Amino acid sequence: MTKEAGIIGYGAYIPIYRIKAQEIARMWGNNNGHVPIMEKAVAGIDEDLVTIAVEAAKYAIRRAKIDPREIGAVYVGTESKPYAVKPSGTIVAEAIGATPLVVTADFEFACKAGTEAFHACMDHVLAGRMKYAMAIGADTAQGRPGDQLEYTAASGGAAFIFTKKSDKTLAYCEGAVSFVTDTPDFWRRAHEHYPMHAERFTGKPAYFHHIVSSVKTLMETTGLRPSDFKYAVFHQPNAKFPVKVAKMLGFTLDQIKPGLLSPEIGNCYAGSSLVGFAATLDVANPDDRILLASYGSGAGSDAFSFVVQDTILEKRNPIPSVRSLISERKYIDYSMYVKFRGKIRA
Amino acid sequence: MSVPRHWREIPKRYRLIGSKCSNCGRTYFPPRNVCRECGTTKLEEVKLSETGRIITWSVVHEPPRGFERYVPYVIAIVELDDGTRLMSQITDCEPEELQIGTRVHAVFRKIREEGESGIIYYGYKFKPIK
Ligand SMILES: [Zn+2]
Repeated sequence: MTKEAGIIGYGAYIPIYRIKAQEIARMWGNNNGHVPIMEKAVAGIDEDLVTIAVEAAKYAIRRAKIDPREIGAVYVGTESKPYAVKPSGTIVAEAIGATPLVVTADFEFACKAGTEAFHACMDHVLAGRMKYAMAIGADTAQGRPGDQLEYTAASGGAAFIFTKKSDKTLAYCEGAVSFVTDTPDFWRRAHEHYPMHAERFTGKPAYFHHIVSSVKTLMETTGLRPSDFKYAVFHQPNAKFPVKVAKMLGFTLDQIKPGLLSPEIGNCYAGSSLVGFAATLDVANPDDRILLASYGSGAGSDAFSFVVQDTILEKRNPIPSVRSLISERKYIDYSMYVKFRGKIRA
Repeated sequence: MSVPRHWREIPKRYRLIGSKCSNCGRTYFPPRNVCRECGTTKLEEVKLSETGRIITWSVVHEPPRGFERYVPYVIAIVELDDGTRLMSQITDCEPEELQIGTRVHAVFRKIREEGESGIIYYGYKFKPIK
């Protein structure tokens, strides 16, 4: 019996609308030109977490070439649920045709909610509880108008279908770690529209400490070194942090390049590292090893080592690559952005 | 539309499930119980094609209730690759970008919302293929 879980299909989705960070800076009179990314992806007026999750999930099913009725779990990791009470997962499961014999839930853990669902999905399939399990990380993140987060809070997501490792899977997981502590770096109280963040916590003791700890633990338990990996993907709250954490851990720019998307799409929270992982799988070859390390405020980091399999070569077309999703874009100005995001309240 | 009626129609609206006449093969969306072509009542559920082309369209400026946020939007008759014709909103595009014959594919979107507290209605729309 195999002891490893594999990925049989994945799909990403990024809305077509973009706003340039300079346009947001212009709105708030921040003319010194220091913006944390170039532009970010904005959900269209008829898009939300659910529609983004469904599009990513549909691409994942097409790539997996499986009957959606055989998916035993649909987990949606997010912090942008359209309903405060009513699971997003039920709508997603219905839309992809996985209902009614399916376990579904929304996972919450800031930006690591999607990778948190990876752990559950892998355990489900390894236990033989179900043939396939789907983990989605997606968000339509919002920052308070004028807040630093407004530059980066973006929309997008990715879906991954797990099953037992076989010659049909395109990559398998050889190690998984979750590193969690109680760290109040970022929060949103019930009934508040926008999150709060504690500046002194967002960098060193939060993002860097947790990712470094999860990745180092993964390295210790697997005996791997950074040079054993072809690629690495880190959570991307801005353009700088993932580059810095890669350096701290001994990874090069070449290793993180294919999955480093925050300069072009922003931080799509629970979708951030997962869209980067999807973009990396798009270019990876058999036997390549990929490190995936998420970060979720609150706080914690999941670290995984995936090994790419031969089947990856058959799984490329005709599903659009993350690169092609990024290149299909339409720019909007701040007034259109306000209309799209329903940001009349401040 | 009432919440119970929306709920009964969910699989069709979410997954583009129509009906197909087992006598003459014509497909319908929304699904029908009687074939308009040959009059038989032997129709079965069928998953319709998710790609097609625009036959004709118009721009809505005076929307029905619940659609106000989306104005102006495009409503079109789309002919799917399996021959089914249906009415759909076209999203992610400006009316100027459309032509008769523009290739489109189905996407899952919000259709309308009952204010801030009511239910959100999801379903298919179409968007141009780039
Ligand atoms: Zn007929």
